[in-house]
Amino acid sequence: MAVSSATCRMLSTSGILGYGFPESSLELGMARGIHMLGVDGGSTDPGPHYLGSGKTLNSRRAMRRDLQLMLRAARKHGVPLVIGTCGGAGGAPHVAMTADIVRALAAEDGLHFRLATIDAEQDKATLKRAHGEGRMARLPGGPTPDPAAIDRSERIVAMMGPEPIAAALDGGAEVVLAGRSSDPAPWAALAMRNGLPPAPAWYAGKMLECGATPAVPKGHDCLLVDVDGDSVILEPAAPERRCTPSSVANHSLHENPSPCIHVEPGGILDTTDCLFEAVSDRAVRVSGMTWQKQPYTVKLEGAELAGYRAITVCGTRDPLLIATRDDFLARVRDAVAQKAAALGVEPDEYRLIIRRYGVDGVMGPAEPLRDARPHEIGFVIEVVASDQETADSVLALARVTMLHTDFPGRLCREGNMAFPYSPSDISTGPVYRFSVFQTMALDDPLAPFPIHYEDL
Amino acid sequence: MAAIRDIAKVCKSKNAGPFQLTIDVVFETRAQYDSVAATGVLNAELIGRLYGVEPDEVLFTPYPAGLAFKATIPRAIPAGDLGDTDVYGCQQHAPLLDVDIPVNWPAAER
Repeated sequence: MAVSSATCRMLSTSGILGYGFPESSLELGMARGIHMLGVDGGSTDPGPHYLGSGKTLNSRRAMRRDLQLMLRAARKHGVPLVIGTCGGAGGAPHVAMTADIVRALAAEDGLHFRLATIDAEQDKATLKRAHGEGRMARLPGGPTPDPAAIDRSERIVAMMGPEPIAAALDGGAEVVLAGRSSDPAPWAALAMRNGLPPAPAWYAGKMLECGATPAVPKGHDCLLVDVDGDSVILEPAAPERRCTPSSVANHSLHENPSPCIHVEPGGILDTTDCLFEAVSDRAVRVSGMTWQKQPYTVKLEGAELAGYRAITVCGTRDPLLIATRDDFLARVRDAVAQKAAALGVEPDEYRLIIRRYGVDGVMGPAEPLRDARPHEIGFVIEVVASDQETADSVLALARVTMLHTDFPGRLCREGNMAFPYSPSDISTGPVYRFSVFQTMALDDPLAPFPIHYEDL
Repeated sequence: MAAIRDIAKVCKSKNAGPFQLTIDVVFETRAQYDSVAATGVLNAELIGRLYGVEPDEVLFTPYPAGLAFKATIPRAIPAGDLGDTDVYGCQQHAPLLDVDIPVNWPAAER
């Protein structure tokens, strides 16, 4: 793996900023001579809460730990550091919090550099204008684009391609904190800026976005990727891990609808004809990827408030109740409705969800083993209403109704449920759902993503 | 006959974005992959039946480079929406484990 002017070598520390990585791996990787280090900061995978609430997925303390090691390494070696999808969801509060940590670390360690932050949060009026211009398109499985959903959303981000990140590097940034970005974008940006073609550049990013996940054994650790004109070479930084042709090929399955067709801003990365060859017992060369240029689109992700939630956890060990569980739960629902109505809460003002672990808690209606007779059932009882006080009130009724509702043949007359906690009821706060999930056509890949520079 | 749980190297599910679920079955060797592919048991109809979706809603991709079969289906409830049971979508693979494939590999190959 010798670096020549026609290649570019990049490092990724882990799957998400704040997951942690061994410090020794970063040192080994940096010692190999790299052109950039980066890490992806998030995705939609943990659900809509982080985009909706503005909170971060990982703790400030965990992000700070990873950032400190990365900043020190990047400045020591004079290479750019790029973080994509800052803070888990890549909205304005997520970028702001990450930038806040970086400023504090720079001051603490006496580091000086040009910082760029790139916004990805979108203005609703601009989005509705784009909708009116016919720029929106539905994504497979997603909702039909609807201006009302834009209005309802708490926060909407657009997923940038590599262009805004490359522009920030052109602007002299040595540390780039990007809002919502396509996961491969940080590395694809650097590789293409260094003159490499889109196909291997995007492929390199696709591998680097999850850290050492394409290696075995899996773990949160660093990955090195070399890119040249028509191939990439992957090698994990830690000597105890290795990439094999099958471990790398199988990484294309991860979180993608297709292992071969990857739709990205501005084109499609096609990996159908990829060839995977071992170049050592720890490194794999991949070639044969192609890039088909397409009209430039970015994905939009929005989250809206769905209500406020309260939950309680309990379980039954009673075989007589378990034998008649469906009837029992129907009885509970009716009784809760009556008691809630007495408090002035009508059935359409709350949603009562009873999860039955040991029956179908994991798969819900898709569970094929519908008639299994477990010896115990764990319940998570959940109420969602338009305000926390209503959710808490109805949940309290549901809890006591689960505990004391009679059923035919009942012997356990002191109570039906074992509650592990006091207090039993937990207010979990606002609940969000994905409201916008679609593409928007752009004339200028930079337009929705303003870049701000500051010299620290 | 052999159940997938006894012959596959990997059988897993995961979100492919919040509105789709993707399911992968991976085999150890090319010979195993080819013999499973030849039976034709793994296809969009099977996935549709196991997960209660129409076959034309299943994106089914044989992936010989990864010795894998991939199926992507719409989620009944988007990730994290009210009533969702599996935000990451990573525990929806079990119905595939018991699917029988008419292959007769030597025990050593399993």
